[in-house]
Formats: sequence, structure tokens, C-alpha cells
Amino acid sequence: MAEANAAALAPGVRSRLGRAVVYALLAGFAAFYLAPLVVVALNSVRTAQDIGATSVIGWPRALALDNFSRAWGSYCIAQSCAGIAPYMWNSFLLVVPATIISTLLGALNGYSIALWRFRGDNWVFGLVTLGVFLPEQMKLIPWVLVLRELGLTNSIGGLVLIHVVQGISFTTLFCRNYYVAIPPELLKAARIDGAGYFRIFWRIVLPLSPPILIVTVIWQFTHIWNEFLYGVTFTSGTQQPVTAALIALSVSVSEAPQYGVQSAAVLLAALPTLLVYLFGGKYFLRGLTAGAVK
Amino acid sequence: MSALVIRGVRKRFGAQEVLKGIDIEAGSGEFIVLVGPSGCGKSTLLNIVAGLEQPDAGEVEIAGRVVTQVPPKDRDIAMVFQSYALYPTMTVRQNITFGMECRGVPKRQQAEAVARTARLLQIEALLERRPSQLSGGQRQRVAMGRALVRDPLLFLFDEPLSNLDAKLRVEMRMEIKQLHRRIGATMVYVTHDQIEAMTMATRIAVMHQGAVQQFADPDTVYNRPANLFVARFMGAPPMNTVAARLVGGERPVAVIGAGRPDEIRLPLPLQGGPPPGWRDREVVLGIRPEAIAEAGRRFGEEAGSFSTLEAPVEMTEPTGAETIVMMRLGGEPVLGRVAPDVRPAVGGAARFAVDTRRICLFDPATEQLIA
Repeated sequence: MAEANAAALAPGVRSRLGRAVVYALLAGFAAFYLAPLVVVALNSVRTAQDIGATSVIGWPRALALDNFSRAWGSYCIAQSCAGIAPYMWNSFLLVVPATIISTLLGALNGYSIALWRFRGDNWVFGLVTLGVFLPEQMKLIPWVLVLRELGLTNSIGGLVLIHVVQGISFTTLFCRNYYVAIPPELLKAARIDGAGYFRIFWRIVLPLSPPILIVTVIWQFTHIWNEFLYGVTFTSGTQQPVTAALIALSVSVSEAPQYGVQSAAVLLAALPTLLVYLFGGKYFLRGLTAGAVK
Repeated sequence: MSALVIRGVRKRFGAQEVLKGIDIEAGSGEFIVLVGPSGCGKSTLLNIVAGLEQPDAGEVEIAGRVVTQVPPKDRDIAMVFQSYALYPTMTVRQNITFGMECRGVPKRQQAEAVARTARLLQIEALLERRPSQLSGGQRQRVAMGRALVRDPLLFLFDEPLSNLDAKLRVEMRMEIKQLHRRIGATMVYVTHDQIEAMTMATRIAVMHQGAVQQFADPDTVYNRPANLFVARFMGAPPMNTVAARLVGGERPVAVIGAGRPDEIRLPLPLQGGPPPGWRDREVVLGIRPEAIAEAGRRFGEEAGSFSTLEAPVEMTEPTGAETIVMMRLGGEPVLGRVAPDVRPAVGGAARFAVDTRRICLFDPATEQLIA
């Protein structure tokens, strides 16, 4: 009887043990992954003396919240002492139009490719989405030439153009894959009702699109906001987006390293994408799986 | 003037020829049903009439105007789809007015038209709802409303009832038929359901393998099918078709299972003997199950309109309204429909009356009707 009990108990114990191991491993990986963020977050509220006295790894002795206000409005980056605020503004001027334009163009492309079959449509789709797989570095030189020809070097407008053009590959891919699930009879009905290409897009397809548009907007927003290579290559000085300015901020330090202010600046610069994920994350997941189950 | 003329329409998708020269003409106010098994080309033909597909050859004429090159919106047609194709983000009212909106009809006129159509279809209470909030039958009505509100030259229906459950399908079938009678418009209706075709059509075009097999009124299609395909496709259960031999002179007789001990001899009431050239030849004999009933049933007043025979019973299926009997005639399996209270014993022999006036004869080689 006792033996039977032990035998019955063993699988339960084993599975509970296995679960504990899995959770311990996951917690370990999570801690490892989050460690840099924790260090930056802790340093953002420590004074320079505090960090200098111990090391960059340590608990804050007192909360130095003025790091944030200095990083935002008065810290000196490359001879200009206005903090990261102007560069944040640059990033917004870049991200908002680039995201909106690339998303709309992607929706229009996806609509054309998915719902208006034409000769060679699959080739067009293949060529457009090829852009997804091309590395950024490969496109640097061509963009230098294009921006110079257009007179857009060292301007936010130039960066907007780059991100719109490069974003079309992703946005077209997303939207086309969403729109192929729209029943073709809907378009037939609209054509008989007398609606043309743009009216069908505007009145029938676009109202069906919020799930995929949210996905594309989140994707484009975070991608363009976090983009660094083009920002640092094509702009300088007051035209830089915040990702490029953060580098300038860390190399311009001549006196004692201001790790506290720099950490605060990093957190401030990361805030918009974090907020986008916090508020849009559930739509993002929902949109990615929409159409998968019909 | 014909409401619709389809002349020599051909269509090919890649290597597959889906329409092999279709000719159909519909008079004003007719209810034409295109019926056939799936893949017979009936929906493609309807799409060509609508202008959603282009034919490779041939032309389409609506109310005397050749419209082969005219886009769908300018053909003055309305269409109801199998999936209803209601615009999901619009209310019922917006769904119904979208066509008028595209055509720039004044708002006041739109409102009047919606009110009239909603009253006709009894969907007034649904106007502010969205398609997702409607039942299947309600969606069907809204799809009808979207077509009706336009008052077009031609209504096109693409299997509009096949997504409904059986009970609702019968109700909507009757409603569409009543509607047709009330508004008197020309309608072209695609279905794979031969009962819908029989009950609704003024004329049926039976399609198979991209060709019209027969284009005639329902009684002719049912009683005098042009070929074996039509005979076997229309009717549930379908027409019995068995091999037989034509013998005799002035009074021809069809022999089923000739030479067997249980051979069946059916005298045919054909005026002036067998069709020329068919004496003493093999034919395919077709007879509807309802033309075989229990002995004693009277099929007509005139003499010789029926004959009585004895056949072994293999199975019975009581459906409530009738009993379907599977028997052997000269060795061939044949279905008969007897009165519901008649239950012949399975395994035994029973006597049946056969309405010989309803026998059709087909050429076994070409499968065409010969008499």
C-alpha cells in the first residue's frame, strides 16, 4: 500500500520539481537580460559623486531626480546646452510623418497587390518585400548620392524620405498579408455598386484595417525612433535625432563622467517607444495573429 | 426586346476551357435559373454577365445594348452573393445606400428608397445594426435589399440561399419567388440545387462541363430531359436509367433484361411505332421514380397509359410522405415511389403500376433523347 502511494506520488513531485527548475532558469535569464536596464535606471537617480565614490553598480544613497531635468533641458551636448529636448523634438518631427506616410503607402500597396490582381503582381510584391532582407549598411552609399542630388543632406526631411522608402517594404508586407483575407466578393459587390479603386479603399478596406494599421504604426514608430545608423551618418549638430545625440552626449564629456545624467537621458529617449508598447502592445499581438484563425 | 442575350460566350482559365460557347436569351420579366454541379461554369457565366469577368469570345447584351466592354457599374444590374458580401463596417442602412452614394443620388431620395425597400423586406428594425449583429436570414434580406433598392434592369443571384439552413432556405425561396412576381423584374439565378431551379424558374438552363445541356421550362426539363446528364441531375431521387431493347412494330415494346427469365416488357404508347431507325436496337430507358407506383394506382384515364408488372423488392425507405422502393426490373436496380401506407415486404415480390407515357428513350452512344 505504502509502495503504491509512493509510486503514485512520484510523478506529481517530479513534475513540480521540473517546473521549479524551469522557473528558476527563466528568472535567471530574465535577470541577466534586465540587468543593463536596472543599472541604467539606478544610475539615473544617483549623483555623480555617489557614482564616483563607489562604482556604476550600486544602490543610490539619495534620490537625485534633478538628473532628469538636467538631461532634458540644460545638459551640454556638442557646445549646445539645451539638453536632449531639441533632439527629442527632432526625432518626433522625423518619426511622425515617416510613420504615417509609410503606413498609408503600405496600406495602399497591400490593397492593390492583394485585391486587384494584375499581370506580374506577385513579382511586384516579391520585389517590394525584398527590401526587408537588404542590410542597412548596403544602402548607405546610394542614399548619400540620392540625398545630395535632392539637396536633403543633413536635414530631417532627408531622414523622413529614407524611412518612408525603406519602411514601404515592411508595411506593404504586413498590409498585403492582412488584406488577402478580405473576401473578394466584397470588392465585386462594391464594383457593382459603382465604387472605384479609391472609394473602395477609403470606404470599405480602410475601415477594416485598424488591427493591421496599429501593428504597422507600432512597428514603424519603434523602428524609426530607435534607428541610429542613418541618423548619425546623414545628420550632424542640431539636426540629429535623439539616438545620434545620445552618442554625442557620451563622447562630449570632458570633465568627470556624468553617468547619472547620461542614464537619465537614455531613459528619457527610450520612453516614447516604451509607452507605445505599453499602450499598443495588446493590439500589436492581436493584430499579428488576426487572420491567422478564420 | 430581350432583357438579356448571351451570345457565343467562351472563357478559358489557363488550359481549362470553362465556358464552351454559351447561348442564352431571356425575355423581359423572366426568371432564368442556371443550374449545374459545381465546376460547370455557371458562376463564371454570371460574373461575365455582371462584367466582373471578361469573356474570351462572344457578347453580352442587356436590354438591347451590347455591354461586353461596359464596366459593371454602368450595366444597370444588381447582384446578390452567396456570402452576401455585406460591407462589415457599415450599418444596414449604409450598406443599402452605398450604391446610391457612389452614384451621387441626393440624400433625401436615398432615404425614401431605403424606407421603401426596408418596408418591402420587413427589415425596418434592423437599419441601424451592423452585419455582424444579424442572423443569416437577416443578412440575406439585407443583401436582397441592397439589390432591390436600385431598381435595375437585371437582377443576378449567385447561390444566394446556400448558406442558410434548410428551413430558412425554403422560406426565402418562396419569398424570392413572390418578390419576382410582385416587381416583375428579369432575374438570373445561379444554383446547384435542382429543387430551387424547378420551383423558381420560368426557364432553366442546365449546365455541365462548360456547356448548356438544355434550356427550357421546368416541366420540359423534368419530363423530357434533353440527354442523360439532365435526366440524372434533375429530380431527387433522379430518373431511373436502364438499358433496354426496342422491339415490335406498330405497338413498340421496351424489353428490360431481354432473354432473362425475369425480363420486363413495357408497351410504349408511342404514336406510329418506334422512332425511325431504332427498331430492334438497344436504347437507354429513362423513367422517373414517381412513374412507378403500387399496383392499382391509376395514372390516366385513357387505355394503355400504364402497365402492371411484378418485381422483387430489395429495400424500402419510408419518408413519411411516401415510401421509396428499390426493386429490380430485369436485373437492373430501379427506384419507385409508392403511397406512404404501402410497405412491400423486403425480399419478396410486389406488383407495381408503371406510367408508360412518362418513359423517355435515349441514344446509348450520344446520350441524347430520342423519344
